[in-house]
Amino acid sequence: MSPRFLIPLGVFAALVVVLAVGINHSPEVGVLQSPLVGHQIPDWELPILTDPTKTLGSRQLKGQWYVLNYWGTWCIACREEHAALLAAQRDARVQIIGVDWKTDNPTEDSDALEWLAKLGNPYSQVVSDHDGRTAINLGIAAAPESFLVNPEGVIVFKQPMGITPEVWKREFLSRLPPHSTVPPATPGAS
Amino acid sequence: MLPELGHFALILALLLAGLQAFFGIVGPAVGRDRWTAAATSAVAGQFVMIATAVGILVYAFVTYDFSVLYVAENSNSALPLMYRIAALWGAHEGSLLLWIFLLAVWTLAVAIASRNLPERFAARVLGVLGVLSFGFILFTLATSDPFRRLIPAAADGHDLNPLLQDPGLAIHPPVLYTGYVGLAVAFSFACAAMLEGRMDPDWARWTRPWTTAAWAFLTCGITLGSWWSYYTLGWGGYWAWDPVENASFMPWLVATALIHSLAVTEKRGLFKSWTLLLAIVAFSLSLMGTFLVRSGVLVSVHSFAADPSRGRFILVFLGLVIGGALTLYAWRAPLLKSNAGFDLLSRESFLLFNNILLVIAAATVLGGTLAPLIADTFGQPTLSVGPPYFRPTFLLAVIPLLLLLSIGIHASWKRGRLEAAARPLLVTLGIAVALGAATVFGFYGGRHALAIVGIGIGSWIILSSLLDPVDRLRRHLSLSRAVLGMTLAHIGMGVAVIALTGVESYTSERDIALSAGASAEVGGYDFKLLGTQPVEGPNYSAIRATVVVSRDGRPITTLFPESRTFWVQQQTRKVAGIYNRHGTDLFVALGDDLGAGSWSLRAQIRPMITLLWLGPLFMALGGALALSDRRYRLARAEARAGVKTPLGAAH
Repeated sequence: MSPRFLIPLGVFAALVVVLAVGINHSPEVGVLQSPLVGHQIPDWELPILTDPTKTLGSRQLKGQWYVLNYWGTWCIACREEHAALLAAQRDARVQIIGVDWKTDNPTEDSDALEWLAKLGNPYSQVVSDHDGRTAINLGIAAAPESFLVNPEGVIVFKQPMGITPEVWKREFLSRLPPHSTVPPATPGAS
Repeated sequence: MLPELGHFALILALLLAGLQAFFGIVGPAVGRDRWTAAATSAVAGQFVMIATAVGILVYAFVTYDFSVLYVAENSNSALPLMYRIAALWGAHEGSLLLWIFLLAVWTLAVAIASRNLPERFAARVLGVLGVLSFGFILFTLATSDPFRRLIPAAADGHDLNPLLQDPGLAIHPPVLYTGYVGLAVAFSFACAAMLEGRMDPDWARWTRPWTTAAWAFLTCGITLGSWWSYYTLGWGGYWAWDPVENASFMPWLVATALIHSLAVTEKRGLFKSWTLLLAIVAFSLSLMGTFLVRSGVLVSVHSFAADPSRGRFILVFLGLVIGGALTLYAWRAPLLKSNAGFDLLSRESFLLFNNILLVIAAATVLGGTLAPLIADTFGQPTLSVGPPYFRPTFLLAVIPLLLLLSIGIHASWKRGRLEAAARPLLVTLGIAVALGAATVFGFYGGRHALAIVGIGIGSWIILSSLLDPVDRLRRHLSLSRAVLGMTLAHIGMGVAVIALTGVESYTSERDIALSAGASAEVGGYDFKLLGTQPVEGPNYSAIRATVVVSRDGRPITTLFPESRTFWVQQQTRKVAGIYNRHGTDLFVALGDDLGAGSWSLRAQIRPMITLLWLGPLFMALGGALALSDRRYRLARAEARAGVKTPLGAAH
């Protein structure tokens, strides 16, 4: 066998090594795996829906588990998800912070209050994302999306679509410490 | 129930692909004729199973079956029917199914057309195709099942990615994939020859039409993708050297080299092992494209939902298939000796240069695409490689290639006598340079003297390609379709070169802010914004601007660029307003609302852009013409009549 004919195989082997290294280094990007999973949640601070003079943010929530759930009254899938969130709230294992995403609905704030009054409120707190900046920082593609954040502020899991009771059990509850409970109401800062 | 049947059909297809691979490869090896014959039956069965699976998934999309996860993620009740069908390949799982389906279609075509090939050789080809199909179906079932259920079903779907909701993109992936997958046929022919350990003298003639067909589809697919990005991504770019674009371009470059080296192998029995290697490499690059797009190793606008576990699977598969083929090559290629010689200025020489330059071009693209990864491997910081690298390095290989093209087509086989062609070549070169100079100085103004080179080279290719056919016509000699096809493809290349030069040198572009009633001048045209109004689509709301374009006070056209916001994903997509005037595009895209009735707009004047789409179209048509040549049909008729050319290529 002439060594000349082994050259292509050698080049290919080198390429495979590069690709293999690449794949292990690649951040888990994409729709299903947010690049943020495993990293600190980008700092956020948003006005509280019921009292916009006060805000709630990632700093105040340090030390606690929480679920950050993006939704909007314009979002059909969020209505779908709502029942599952109400059931999850009844479990009282972790606090759910709702982020009402205004996008281009001018009456979103009042619509949101009406929605919660009519359909029930699964959230410990609801904040409003008016300019969508936080949504961009968090890489939200479409509501609903939810993040599970641990006491160190690290995103442990991201659900890129609606939460169902199965998803809640499999992906959220399984990641919480056993016997976790919702802490007493988090006060908003002024 | 139906989706489960689809899943089941895929499992059956996997088993049949396994049988096809086993019987096709082992049958001829152990000399069992009944096993050999069984490979063909497996092909038909596999095709039926895969077509069933595809049909069931399409049905789920058409009937809004949101209990299927893939449908729920990529469709919506407001999505128009055409896009519900196109949503089949809108994301990873379904596009993989499309890949498998197209492979089954190609395999079926090979099985039907190769009834006249030597039985064992044909079985080996089908066996190798079976291995590929097995790997991809296993990949789908193991990591990317499109039939996974979502229980309880979603009330409505998450919608198709808005970028894909466009006619251009709806047809671009199937055409491109047909090209990608078609290269698997050339690959399988190469592997079958190596498994036999000898290359039939007719091997190149059998392989050529398949390769040309795959190449023509690849040409169309790349062009459609480029056209789509031109009018929908909003910035009017048609090529960005994006990793995924490169992933389709590299197989094209190598397939182009393969077409040319196959010509030498067919006519002169030379370059045998080189042709085999190119056939392996062309398909390997198309597999690698699949890997790059789906593994998340390189991030790009085209990336699918990335998942390293999928990447690992593809990498292992890649290693087995390509590594296996290259090992076979290292073992068997030395047996193929060509002992004919040729002169320096013979056609063989020119085609050798063609091959070397095309492979260098592909290597520079590969290097640039993988540079970030290679840097990462050696612990270097993130490296980004863009057009400033690709353009000059690529041109370095391509300019000599294009110059040699005009001469090479007039060189004769074996003997290096160019004297007869020297005079007409010099005359056409003179005309081409004059044309280039006239275009640059007379028509567009002398801003870009270098454009003479591009337009000159392009014109020379066209003129010198026409020399021979025109001469034959004048002498009332017949022209084979193969020669006509080659001529048309070369003219297409010349047209594309001229178009690229024109577009790159003479595009005028401005980002302007206009309030209603105001106008701005771009490249000699006046763009006047009349106003904006909201419009509603089936599943989106849009802002539509009305822009009147005029020249010297005379209105030419009214354009309606839109910015569409899709309801479900709340994602915005631009649809540019384009008017074509004598091959020049007047282009306007709507940007952001700047407040107070003022909007940002991007206006472009792109001369010769029509030629940029026509050039590749000519190339693909040339390919289609060439593969309809009589001698391929003759080959079949001969084989049917039992006339076999003497064997003995192996020494």
